[in-house]
Amino acid sequence: MAVILDARGLEKSFGAVTAASNINVAVEQDAVVGLIGSNGAGKTTFLNMVTGYLKPSAGTIHFEGRDITPLAPREITRLGICRSFQIPQLFNTMTVLDNLLVGVGIVAAAGSKWGARNSAYDDPVKAVDTMLDQFGLGSYRNRQAGLLPEGTRKLLDIAMAMVVRPRILLLDEPTSGVSADEKFVLMDMVMAAVKEHKVTVLFVEHDMDVVARYTDRVLAFYEGRIIADGAPATVLDDVEVRRFVIGSHAAPAGAASHA
Amino acid sequence: MKLDRTSFAILAMGAILLIAGPALPSWMVSMLNVSLCYGTVVLGMMLLMRNGIVSFGHGLYFCLGAYAAGLLDQMLKMPDMLLMVGAAVVVTGVVSAILGLLLAKYRDIFFAMLSLAFSMILYGLLVKTASLGSTDGFNVAAKTVAGFAVAPESQRLMVYSLAVVFATVSAFFLHSYLASHQGRLAGAIKDNELRVEYMGASVMRAVHRNYVISAVLAGIGGALMAVNIGHIDPEMTYWPQSGEFVFVAILSGTGSVFAPLGGALVFEAIRSFAYEYSPNTWQMVLGITMLLVMIFLPGGLWSLFTRKREG
Ligand SMILES: Nc1ncnc2c1ncn2[C@@H]1O[C@H](COP(=O)(O)OP(=O)(O)OP(=O)(O)O)[C@@H](O)[C@H]1O
Ligand SMILES: [Mg+2]
Repeated sequence: MAVILDARGLEKSFGAVTAASNINVAVEQDAVVGLIGSNGAGKTTFLNMVTGYLKPSAGTIHFEGRDITPLAPREITRLGICRSFQIPQLFNTMTVLDNLLVGVGIVAAAGSKWGARNSAYDDPVKAVDTMLDQFGLGSYRNRQAGLLPEGTRKLLDIAMAMVVRPRILLLDEPTSGVSADEKFVLMDMVMAAVKEHKVTVLFVEHDMDVVARYTDRVLAFYEGRIIADGAPATVLDDVEVRRFVIGSHAAPAGAASHA
Repeated sequence: MKLDRTSFAILAMGAILLIAGPALPSWMVSMLNVSLCYGTVVLGMMLLMRNGIVSFGHGLYFCLGAYAAGLLDQMLKMPDMLLMVGAAVVVTGVVSAILGLLLAKYRDIFFAMLSLAFSMILYGLLVKTASLGSTDGFNVAAKTVAGFAVAPESQRLMVYSLAVVFATVSAFFLHSYLASHQGRLAGAIKDNELRVEYMGASVMRAVHRNYVISAVLAGIGGALMAVNIGHIDPEMTYWPQSGEFVFVAILSGTGSVFAPLGGALVFEAIRSFAYEYSPNTWQMVLGITMLLVMIFLPGGLWSLFTRKREG
C-alpha cells in the first residue's frame, strides 16, 4: 500500500510543555487510524501541524511525496488534507445548506487548481442535498447553524470538511458531545461517506469502543510522544497504553499496582 | 442567466424611475438624484458590512470619483458624463486595489481607522493643491452623453436619468454578486475566517476583491454627485461625509440591495424636511432617528420588510 502521509521527526513545545517529541507516522492510503491519548497528550497539536496551523520546530511532513511542512492551512486543504475541529467551526449565522455551499463554491471557483481532484460540481445545491442526506442532516437543511444541537453541529463540521473533497480527512474528537447511543450512528454515517469517496482517515477519539470498532490502526500519544502504534487489539491491550491513556478504571486487575 | 425576483424588482424600479422622471416635480427629481448617488455609495458600504467590516473613510472614493470626473472636464476638456463615470471607475479601482493590499489585513476598529486615515490624507492633499481650488474646489459641468450634446434645458433630467441607470446597474450587479459563490464568502468571512481558510479560500483575497468593488461603487456615486451638484470640493473626503455613509448604511441594513437605496432616500427626506422646518436641530432629528432604528430595528430599516414577510 502506498504511503499517503509521512511525518518525520516532528517536534513542538509550548514553553515548558512538550506537545510533540520525535513524532514519526507514515499513513497508508485508505487506512483508518485512531489517535488516542489523555488530555494534553498532543493529539490536536499533531493535527494542527499536519494542516499547517502550527509549524513544527523540527521535522517534515510529506503528503503524496510532496513536502507540505511550510504550507498554510489553505494550501494544504487545496492539496487534499481537510479537517474537522474539536469545537465545531461553523458559519453560525448561515443556514446548514449555505454552510456547505460555501465549500462547494470554493472548490468550483478553484477549477483545475483543486489538487488533482475533480472540482466539478454540476449542480451545487443537488450535491449538497445528497451530502445532507448522507449525513442525516436533511431535516436541518434550512436551519441556522448557530442554533443546532451539539451533536448536529459536530456532524455539520465533519460534512464541511468532506464537501471540499479531501484525500485525507482528519477528525478531532468527532463523537465528543454526542450521546453514547448516537456515537455509532454518527460514525457509521461518516465512515460510509469516507469509504464511498476513498478517503484516508485519522481521527482523535476518547471512546475506546469507537476506536476498536472503526480503526485498523491506533496511535497512542503520551506527553507529546507516540508510545504505541499498531493494530487496535494490540495497542488497546498494551500495558503502558492501559496505564497512561485508557486509565486505571479500565485496566486489568494487576496493572494499577505496578505503578 | 436566470433572474430572481429581486433582480426583476431592481430592473422594474429603474424603468419606473426613468419613465416617471419627466413627470416628477423638480424638488423630487433633486431628492431622488441625490439619494441615488448616496445609495450607490452605500451599496458599497453594505458589501463591506456583509464581510463584517465598516469603513470610516469611504469618502475617499466618493471624492476620488468626483475629482476624476471633474478633472476630465477641467484638464482634459472632455465633459462627457459617461466618460466621467468611466474615469471614476478606473481611478477608484486602481487606488483601492493598491490600498486594499494593506487594508485587507485589518479588521474592526483598525480597518475603520486606517481607512479614515487614508481619506484624511487625500483631504490634506486637496486642501493644499491650489490648482484644484484648495478648500473651495471647482465647478464641474457635463455637456455631452456618449458624445451627444445635451440641451441645457434637459440637462437636469439627463443627469437624473444617468443616476437612475447607474444606481440600477450597480444594484443589479451587487445583487448577482452576493448570490454568487464569491459573494457568499462575504458572510462566511464575517462568521468564521478560520473555517474559510480551512475550506481552501483566501480570506485576504476575498476581502481585497470586495473592498475594490465597494470603492468603485463609491467612485460611481461620487462622479454622479459631481455632475449632479455641479461643484466638488475636499469636503467630500472629510470625515463627516464618511460618517454619513456609515450612518445611512446602518440606518438601511444589509438585508437586500434595496436597503441602501431606500435608506438613502429616507435619509435625504429626513434631512431636507428637518432642515426646512427646523434648521437648527436637523442633526438632532437624524440622531433621534438613528437611536430609534438601533433600538427597535437593529437590522436597519430593511428589517421592516422581512418582518412583515415572516409574520
Ligand atoms: N497554542 C498553544 N499554546 C500553548 N500551549 C498549547 C497550545 N496548543 C497546545 N498547547 C499545549 O500543548 C499540550 C498538548 O495539547 P493538545 O491540544 O495537542 O492536546 P490533546 O491531546 O489534543 O488534548 P485534549 O484531549 O484535551 O484535546 C497541552 O499541554 C496544551 O496545553
Ligand atoms: Mg485536542
